[in-house]
Amino acid sequence: MSKKTHIDIDYTAKLARIALSDEEKAKYSEQLDSIIGYVEKLEELDTSDVEPTAHPHPVSNVWQEDKVSSELSVQEALKNAPAQRDNMIVVPKVVD
Amino acid sequence: MQELYYKTASELSELLDKKELSAVELTKTVIERTKAVEDRVAAFNSYDEADALKQAEASDLRRAGGKTLGPLDGIPVGIKDVLAVKDQPLTCSSKMLENFVSPYDATCIQKLRSNGAVLWGRLNMDEYAMGSSTENSAFKKTSNPWNLDCVPGGSSGGSAAALAAGEAPLTLGSDTGGSIRQPASYCGVVGLKPTYGRVSRFGLAAFASSLDQVGPMARSVKDAAMLLQGIAGHDERDSTSYRADVPDYLAAMESLKGKKWTLGLPKEYFENVSDESAMKPVQDAIEFYRSLGCEIKEVSLPHTEYAVATYYIIATAEASSNLARYDGIRYTHRAEAFDAKDSVDIYCQSRAEGFGEEVKRRVILGTYVLSSGYYDAYYLKAQKVRTLIRRDFENAFKEVDAILAPTSPSTAFKKGEKTADPLSMYLSDIYTISANLAGIAGLSLPCGYSDGLPVGLQVLGKPFKEEEILAVAQAFESAHDFKNQHPNL
Repeated sequence: MSKKTHIDIDYTAKLARIALSDEEKAKYSEQLDSIIGYVEKLEELDTSDVEPTAHPHPVSNVWQEDKVSSELSVQEALKNAPAQRDNMIVVPKVVD
Repeated sequence: MQELYYKTASELSELLDKKELSAVELTKTVIERTKAVEDRVAAFNSYDEADALKQAEASDLRRAGGKTLGPLDGIPVGIKDVLAVKDQPLTCSSKMLENFVSPYDATCIQKLRSNGAVLWGRLNMDEYAMGSSTENSAFKKTSNPWNLDCVPGGSSGGSAAALAAGEAPLTLGSDTGGSIRQPASYCGVVGLKPTYGRVSRFGLAAFASSLDQVGPMARSVKDAAMLLQGIAGHDERDSTSYRADVPDYLAAMESLKGKKWTLGLPKEYFENVSDESAMKPVQDAIEFYRSLGCEIKEVSLPHTEYAVATYYIIATAEASSNLARYDGIRYTHRAEAFDAKDSVDIYCQSRAEGFGEEVKRRVILGTYVLSSGYYDAYYLKAQKVRTLIRRDFENAFKEVDAILAPTSPSTAFKKGEKTADPLSMYLSDIYTISANLAGIAGLSLPCGYSDGLPVGLQVLGKPFKEEEILAVAQAFESAHDFKNQHPNL
């Protein structure tokens, strides 16, 4: 297996904003190595003259009037917040 | 005689029209049936009896006043727990959204309401629609009604199992790589993934935005067409939804009746068959179409072997980006204990607690393929191969009207059989994911059994020609009796 299949799990998990235990790190490194090894078969194909597909039926230039329509009220929008006060989401203090 | 809870939605619709049945009676029957089998099937994450009955009463009142809203009026529709239904839970079968209550309706839900459907229950699924067995749900394991030791397929496993168990006459699913078609085939029901852009994605919790589609699941092809009619169409709240007229599907299918189709068999799908007995009903179905006078032609989809790899790069990359919104701050689970000196830690800890194993694996993989230095090698490369896969279908559809294939390489597998090996689970989607990459329409319909478990026939069609694959499927269904066969529960 080439070097790049060895995923730097600490770095990538941090980028993904997911805290992992040591057991999870070991397990995911191994599984992801095997999945990445598998997806590297795409290298067999010459795609130098191929345009990438982002959407199967691309729709471009979708314009809309910039107007206010009936949207959620602040109270409705905040209904699912873990903590709220005075129409705002309460977050823990992270700086001194 | 067919039990009321196993009648098709179109039969029920007729009974309602003739006033031989009321929407309240029907809804009560569905609720009772659900209570009788749910301890074994576990298809639902939650349901709200009072709310369903209230909707049914409103439907009966409309009917009594001569103001019925169409064929779906009064018919209960079970909803995959990935779609927003105002004031109902929306969990995506994830701890992350365990307490989330939707403040608005998805567009397809709003459309169902305006068609008078009775929105019924939240159906279990793989967490965030990531999986092929519904075993990745944070809450429960749904069983296959045909064999309770087996999985119902996934990710729309609850939607398929509820139909097979008589717990709903119609359900909605979503399909990113086969998540409607594969569980439909495992549970012996009909499932249709519409063309990308046919149904609005507004209010569908996003997994992979360039692949996701909402679609109908039902016990007959006609029912699937009826439900598709109720949800299809352009929506200005989804800029990727397609500006094209929606045909009258039932009328279009009627006019296509008896057509001698040219049907393609992709040779790559019929090579290296691992489960011969699951392939037999598919072969018989192909012979049936030949006997109808259809021309059966071999076609080639040469990039088939690259589809799974392409899919798992694109889908996980898009997922890692879409799932970034579940941050523990605004509307999700938030960790209690974290290192308060680091603002990033609250995200990391909340996501560690809220996401299940498969979701973490895919988000990390998706993050990796998008990360600096790897983007070109993986993500851009996969998007280019996606173009090649799309062209394969464009070329095939120059020669044939539709493509016939198995839906899955095997029938429903045993619970736990594939959970330890993610790659083997991914490979169970090998026949379905290409349709998502190409953005075309596809459906699965029951075509027989192998060892007592249903086998699905897949019909893939041209973009925005859902009526054609529905008509092809109906030609088979009307000459067979599978839609009236149900598991012994």
